[in-house]
Amino acid sequence: MTVTINKNDYERILAHARENLPEEACGLIAGIDREDGVREIKKVYLLTNIDHTNEHFSIDPKDQLASIKDMRAEGLKPLGNWHSHPESPSRPSEEDKRLANDSNASYLILSLEEADNPVLNAFHVESVNGEKTVRKEELTII
Amino acid sequence: MNITVAGEKKDVKEGLTVTELIASENVETPQYVTVSVNEEFVESGEFDTTVLKEGDVVEFLYFMGGGR
Repeated sequence: MTVTINKNDYERILAHARENLPEEACGLIAGIDREDGVREIKKVYLLTNIDHTNEHFSIDPKDQLASIKDMRAEGLKPLGNWHSHPESPSRPSEEDKRLANDSNASYLILSLEEADNPVLNAFHVESVNGEKTVRKEELTII
Repeated sequence: MNITVAGEKKDVKEGLTVTELIASENVETPQYVTVSVNEEFVESGEFDTTVLKEGDVVEFLYFMGGGR
Protein backbone atom coordinates (compact mmCIF):
# COMPACT_ATOMS: atom_id res chain seq x y z
CA MET A 1 0.00 0.00 0.00
CA THR A 2 1.25 3.43 -0.94
CA VAL A 3 -0.07 6.33 1.11
CA THR A 4 0.19 9.97 0.10
CA ILE A 5 -0.23 13.07 2.21
CA ASN A 6 0.14 16.60 0.99
CA LYS A 7 2.82 18.84 2.46
CA ASN A 8 0.33 21.24 4.01
CA ASP A 9 -1.46 18.46 5.91
CA TYR A 10 1.86 17.01 7.02
CA GLU A 11 2.90 20.41 8.34
CA ARG A 12 -0.41 20.82 10.17
CA ILE A 13 0.15 17.48 11.90
CA LEU A 14 3.72 18.45 12.76
CA ALA A 15 2.68 21.83 14.15
CA HIS A 16 -0.13 20.31 16.22
CA ALA A 17 2.22 17.65 17.61
CA ARG A 18 4.82 20.26 18.54
CA GLU A 19 2.22 22.51 20.16
CA ASN A 20 1.09 19.62 22.34
CA LEU A 21 4.52 18.63 23.59
CA PRO A 22 5.33 17.04 25.95
CA GLU A 23 2.04 15.16 25.47
CA GLU A 24 1.30 12.80 22.63
CA ALA A 25 -0.90 14.38 19.98
CA CYS A 26 -3.39 12.56 17.80
CA GLY A 27 -6.01 12.78 15.12
CA LEU A 28 -7.66 11.08 12.20
CA ILE A 29 -6.98 10.86 8.48
CA ALA A 30 -9.51 10.75 5.68
CA GLY A 31 -9.39 10.50 1.93
CA ILE A 32 -9.85 8.00 -0.85
CA ASP A 33 -8.51 4.63 -1.93
CA ARG A 34 -7.72 5.15 -5.58
CA GLU A 35 -8.18 2.46 -8.22
CA ASP A 36 -4.41 2.40 -8.81
CA GLY A 37 -3.94 1.19 -5.23
CA VAL A 38 -2.78 4.48 -3.81
CA ARG A 39 -4.33 5.62 -0.56
CA GLU A 40 -4.64 9.38 -0.84
CA ILE A 41 -5.05 11.35 2.37
CA LYS A 42 -7.12 14.39 1.53
CA LYS A 43 -7.92 15.70 4.98
CA VAL A 44 -6.40 15.42 8.43
CA TYR A 45 -8.16 15.99 11.73
CA LEU A 46 -6.24 17.45 14.65
CA LEU A 47 -7.98 16.13 17.74
CA THR A 48 -7.49 16.18 21.49
CA ASN A 49 -5.60 13.47 23.32
CA ILE A 50 -7.97 12.97 26.23
CA ASP A 51 -5.26 11.10 28.17
CA HIS A 52 -3.08 14.24 28.24
CA THR A 53 0.17 12.37 28.81
CA ASN A 54 3.45 11.83 26.99
CA GLU A 55 2.95 8.05 27.25
CA HIS A 56 -0.50 7.36 25.85
CA PHE A 57 -3.25 8.72 23.67
CA SER A 58 -6.96 8.16 23.32
CA ILE A 59 -9.27 9.90 20.89
CA ASP A 60 -12.59 11.01 22.32
CA PRO A 61 -15.33 8.97 20.59
CA LYS A 62 -17.42 12.14 20.33
CA ASP A 63 -14.64 13.85 18.38
CA GLN A 64 -14.27 10.71 16.30
CA LEU A 65 -17.96 10.64 15.47
CA ALA A 66 -18.00 14.35 14.57
CA SER A 67 -14.99 13.81 12.31
CA ILE A 68 -16.60 10.84 10.60
CA LYS A 69 -19.75 12.85 10.02
CA ASP A 70 -17.60 15.53 8.38
CA MET A 71 -15.85 12.90 6.24
CA ARG A 72 -19.17 11.51 5.04
CA ALA A 73 -20.37 15.02 4.19
CA GLU A 74 -17.24 15.63 2.13
CA GLY A 75 -17.38 12.27 0.37
CA LEU A 76 -14.25 11.04 2.09
CA LYS A 77 -13.51 7.70 3.69
CA PRO A 78 -12.04 7.21 7.16
CA LEU A 79 -8.52 5.92 6.49
CA GLY A 80 -7.07 5.59 9.98
CA ASN A 81 -5.38 7.74 12.53
CA TRP A 82 -2.13 9.50 13.37
CA HIS A 83 -0.35 10.14 16.63
CA SER A 84 2.96 11.47 17.82
CA HIS A 85 5.75 9.84 19.77
CA PRO A 86 7.41 12.72 21.61
CA GLU A 87 10.32 10.65 22.89
CA SER A 88 10.41 7.44 20.90
CA PRO A 89 10.87 6.28 17.30
CA SER A 90 8.29 6.23 14.55
CA ARG A 91 7.16 2.64 14.94
CA PRO A 92 4.18 1.00 16.64
CA SER A 93 4.78 0.28 20.32
CA GLU A 94 3.33 -2.84 21.91
CA GLU A 95 0.43 -0.71 23.18
CA ASP A 96 -0.08 0.77 19.70
CA LYS A 97 -0.28 -2.74 18.28
CA ARG A 98 -2.62 -3.93 21.00
CA LEU A 99 -5.03 -1.10 20.27
CA ALA A 100 -4.76 -1.22 16.48
CA ASN A 101 -7.89 -3.19 15.74
CA ASP A 102 -8.89 -2.07 12.28
CA SER A 103 -6.98 -3.94 9.59
CA ASN A 104 -8.34 -1.53 6.97
CA ALA A 105 -6.70 1.44 8.68
CA SER A 106 -3.38 3.13 8.10
CA TYR A 107 -1.65 4.11 11.32
CA LEU A 108 0.62 7.12 10.99
CA ILE A 109 3.22 7.75 13.68
CA LEU A 110 5.18 10.98 13.89
CA SER A 111 8.36 10.78 15.94
CA LEU A 112 9.65 13.95 17.56
CA GLU A 113 12.45 12.09 19.30
CA GLU A 114 14.92 14.26 17.40
CA ALA A 115 13.45 17.76 17.58
CA ASP A 116 15.01 18.92 14.32
CA ASN A 117 14.38 15.69 12.46
CA PRO A 118 10.72 14.66 12.71
CA VAL A 119 9.95 11.29 11.15
CA LEU A 120 6.52 10.26 9.88
CA ASN A 121 5.79 6.68 8.90
CA ALA A 122 2.63 4.76 8.04
CA PHE A 123 1.86 1.23 9.17
CA HIS A 124 -0.67 -1.49 8.56
CA VAL A 125 -1.49 -3.65 11.56
CA GLU A 126 -3.53 -6.82 11.51
CA SER A 127 -4.13 -9.82 13.67
CA VAL A 128 -2.91 -13.12 12.22
CA ASN A 129 -3.52 -16.25 14.30
CA GLY A 130 -3.88 -14.08 17.36
CA GLU A 131 -0.61 -12.25 16.78
CA LYS A 132 -0.46 -8.64 15.67
CA THR A 133 1.67 -8.23 12.58
CA VAL A 134 2.97 -4.87 11.40
CA ARG A 135 3.84 -3.86 7.88
CA LYS A 136 5.33 -0.52 6.99
CA GLU A 137 3.47 1.26 4.22
CA GLU A 138 5.16 3.44 1.65
CA LEU A 139 4.38 7.03 2.63
CA THR A 140 4.99 9.92 0.29
CA ILE A 141 4.67 13.58 1.22
CA ILE A 142 3.61 15.40 -1.95
CA MET B 1 -35.66 -2.34 5.50
CA ASN B 2 -32.91 0.05 4.51
CA ILE B 3 -30.28 1.41 6.86
CA THR B 4 -26.90 3.07 6.36
CA VAL B 5 -23.88 1.35 7.86
CA ALA B 6 -20.50 3.09 7.80
CA GLY B 7 -21.69 5.27 4.96
CA GLU B 8 -23.14 2.45 2.84
CA LYS B 9 -26.82 1.75 2.26
CA LYS B 10 -27.83 -1.77 3.25
CA ASP B 11 -30.98 -3.80 2.95
CA VAL B 12 -31.40 -5.72 6.20
CA LYS B 13 -34.11 -7.75 7.87
CA GLU B 14 -36.76 -6.13 10.04
CA GLY B 15 -36.02 -6.29 13.74
CA LEU B 16 -32.24 -6.49 13.34
CA THR B 17 -30.39 -5.74 16.57
CA VAL B 18 -27.03 -4.02 16.91
CA THR B 19 -25.52 -7.32 18.06
CA GLU B 20 -26.78 -9.06 14.92
CA LEU B 21 -25.51 -6.25 12.73
CA ILE B 22 -22.04 -6.45 14.33
CA ALA B 23 -21.98 -10.16 13.54
CA SER B 24 -23.23 -9.80 9.98
CA GLU B 25 -20.75 -7.02 9.22
CA ASN B 26 -17.85 -9.15 10.49
CA VAL B 27 -16.68 -6.34 12.74
CA GLU B 28 -13.14 -7.01 13.90
CA THR B 29 -12.55 -7.07 17.66
CA PRO B 30 -16.07 -5.91 18.57
CA GLN B 31 -14.96 -5.41 22.16
CA TYR B 32 -13.08 -2.33 20.95
CA VAL B 33 -15.95 -0.92 18.93
CA THR B 34 -18.29 1.86 19.92
CA VAL B 35 -21.56 2.00 18.01
CA SER B 36 -23.59 5.07 17.19
CA VAL B 37 -27.09 5.07 15.79
CA ASN B 38 -28.28 8.38 14.37
CA GLU B 39 -25.33 10.07 16.12
CA GLU B 40 -26.33 8.70 19.53
CA PHE B 41 -23.92 6.30 21.22
CA VAL B 42 -25.33 2.91 22.16
CA GLU B 43 -24.06 1.41 25.42
CA SER B 44 -22.41 -1.95 24.81
CA GLY B 45 -24.79 -3.55 27.33
CA GLU B 46 -27.68 -2.48 25.12
CA PHE B 47 -26.45 -3.96 21.83
CA ASP B 48 -28.67 -7.02 22.26
CA THR B 49 -31.82 -5.01 22.89
CA THR B 50 -31.30 -2.13 20.49
CA VAL B 51 -33.47 -2.84 17.46
CA LEU B 52 -32.66 -0.92 14.32
CA LYS B 53 -35.32 0.89 12.35
CA GLU B 54 -35.83 1.92 8.74
CA GLY B 55 -33.51 4.78 7.83
CA ASP B 56 -31.16 4.41 10.78
CA VAL B 57 -27.58 5.57 10.28
CA VAL B 58 -25.06 3.36 12.04
CA GLU B 59 -21.36 3.96 12.56
CA PHE B 60 -18.81 1.58 14.03
CA LEU B 61 -16.08 3.49 15.79
CA TYR B 62 -12.93 1.59 16.64
CA PHE B 63 -11.35 2.73 19.86
CA MET B 64 -8.39 4.83 18.76
CA GLY B 65 -5.55 4.85 21.21
CA GLY B 66 -2.02 3.75 21.86
CA GLY B 67 1.09 4.42 23.84
CA ARG B 68 4.79 4.90 23.43
